[in-house]
Amino acid sequence: MNPSDTTPSEKTPQAIFQAHNLVKRYGHVTALDGADFELLEGEIMAVIGDNGAGKSTLIKALSGAVIPDEGEIRLNGTPVHFKTPLDARRYGIETVYQNLAVAPSLNIVENLFLGREIRRQGVLGSVFRMLDKRKMLEEATLYMQDLKFRIQSMQQPVETLSGGQRQGVAVARSAAFARNVIIMDEPTAALGVKESGMVVDLIRKVRDRGLAVILISHNMPHVFELADRIHIQRLGRRIAVVKPSDYTMSDVVAIMTGAMDITPAV
Amino acid sequence: MPLSIRLYFLMKYMSGWFATLNRCTFGGFFRMLAKTKNTSSPRASLDLRALLLTPTVGPLIALMLACLFFSTQSDRFFSGQNFSLIVQQTVVVGALAIGQTIVILTGGIDLSNGFIMAFASMIMTKTAVDNGVNPVIAIVLGITIAGLFGLANGLLITRFKLPPFIVTLGMLNIAFAVTRLYTIKSVNNLPDVQTFLGETFKLGETSVTYGSIVMFVLFAIVWFVLRETAIGRHIYAVGDNPEAARLSGISVERILLIVYTTAGVFYGIAAVLLIARTASGDPQAGQSSNLESITAVVLGGTSLFGGRGNVLGSLIGALIVSVFRNGLQLMRVDSLYQVLITGILVILAVAVDQFSQRVKS
Repeated sequence: MNPSDTTPSEKTPQAIFQAHNLVKRYGHVTALDGADFELLEGEIMAVIGDNGAGKSTLIKALSGAVIPDEGEIRLNGTPVHFKTPLDARRYGIETVYQNLAVAPSLNIVENLFLGREIRRQGVLGSVFRMLDKRKMLEEATLYMQDLKFRIQSMQQPVETLSGGQRQGVAVARSAAFARNVIIMDEPTAALGVKESGMVVDLIRKVRDRGLAVILISHNMPHVFELADRIHIQRLGRRIAVVKPSDYTMSDVVAIMTGAMDITPAV
Repeated sequence: MPLSIRLYFLMKYMSGWFATLNRCTFGGFFRMLAKTKNTSSPRASLDLRALLLTPTVGPLIALMLACLFFSTQSDRFFSGQNFSLIVQQTVVVGALAIGQTIVILTGGIDLSNGFIMAFASMIMTKTAVDNGVNPVIAIVLGITIAGLFGLANGLLITRFKLPPFIVTLGMLNIAFAVTRLYTIKSVNNLPDVQTFLGETFKLGETSVTYGSIVMFVLFAIVWFVLRETAIGRHIYAVGDNPEAARLSGISVERILLIVYTTAGVFYGIAAVLLIARTASGDPQAGQSSNLESITAVVLGGTSLFGGRGNVLGSLIGALIVSVFRNGLQLMRVDSLYQVLITGILVILAVAVDQFSQRVKS
């Protein structure tokens, strides 16, 4: 079997998010050199690659932070053109960043609804612009329970949480608003072992709720634990897509670094 | 020691009430009031620690202690008339401190506010008295110009990515020079409309100026907006973590523009309160107001790092300064001691802020 052959054998999982022949040049540095990408419904696709492989440029193109020079991105089969991350968000694609993008002095509810607050019904909302804090608290509580995210109080400032819990809030926040895809850029990079475990569990729960997840990580054990498939990026292209069950960790690292050549495999 | 016991209960009661006010939502206010009454003692001790970390409680305790102290030192201190006077002396700095608070909440600082206020007050009075402009229109004109100064601050900070300290330092000089170029003479004999806010009405035995009421209403409005509306929460988010705010889809630039422009409008309103209180337009007014307003904000527990604090704290901070000035005057102590104490309190307040930040992280 050719590991770079991405055509699904069964009909059921549809491709939700695809990129074809993406090219991005910075001066005479070519970051993306005809990269392809495919994400199926409800899967966790890990994206790995050595430094300079174009991994982060690919992710930025997919999340709207970078506009590719050439190529096409399709969401549910329809071509899309993201100019900013907000464009991507409008299409239901959310991104979790590694640097804990939360506001520490605001509480959990406020962070979950930051930028998308719910206003009160009637005059209080329309004229006095009052927020419906009770409704936001209720929705946030239900949602966090659903994710089995244990927390003493939803109204405690995020700064009173541990690093893992904070990242958990960031993941939960994105998952709450993503309709199609959630992109996680090194979500566990800043965390300790135990803390990472919590976020890993959360990512799995997010997938189980039916969202497709793109996971960028350097942490091979996490990648192998979580990913349904692994996209390996090398020299600005997708060099292979493999299943974690078919390869060992060291094989994958060898493919990633070019030590193992699998491109012309039959 | 009846005094110390009374003090203890007063503190405990007031601080608990205030923390409730701080924490609760507007709608759930009365529910919360009911709840705090029923807290059992182990919970209460836990609450006390959380309370001390609530930024506005410390300043409130300081204010109450100062009031208690001066009550024991002077018979004339604890009276409605004297409190009304203290509030009157706080009105101008209070209005400036509102603008300063929202600026500092975004992580900025405004050094230009007193000078913008002075220019606005000269526009209001000179156009009305010398040029015969309708006094109300003159006021609107002055507030508009103050708002435009604020907008200019905001544009320079957002469009050219300049630090607020430098931009407002430059604006301080510009506003100072423009005021002097416009006029160096004081304007007197203001029309009645312009001094109306300096007039008093009777509240029981006490005479209260309309300006005092205006200040309290302004504080209430800004408190409401900061707590209960999305834009209020966005102001905190921008000061707290601008990157997180941007990634949440908040336009940081838009928030900063709104904040600096609104602050300018508040400086214009401060000018209205100023001319009403002094019944004149003085081009030399407000030259130390920038530092006084920063003092009030810092004493009120708002963090200079942005994202934390409360506009009611700034009211308390401004009142603390006024209480010390008034109390020491009644004690016939040299007013330099008031300046000395203010200096110590400011350093103390920032030290507490730094310390609590370190505890949290």
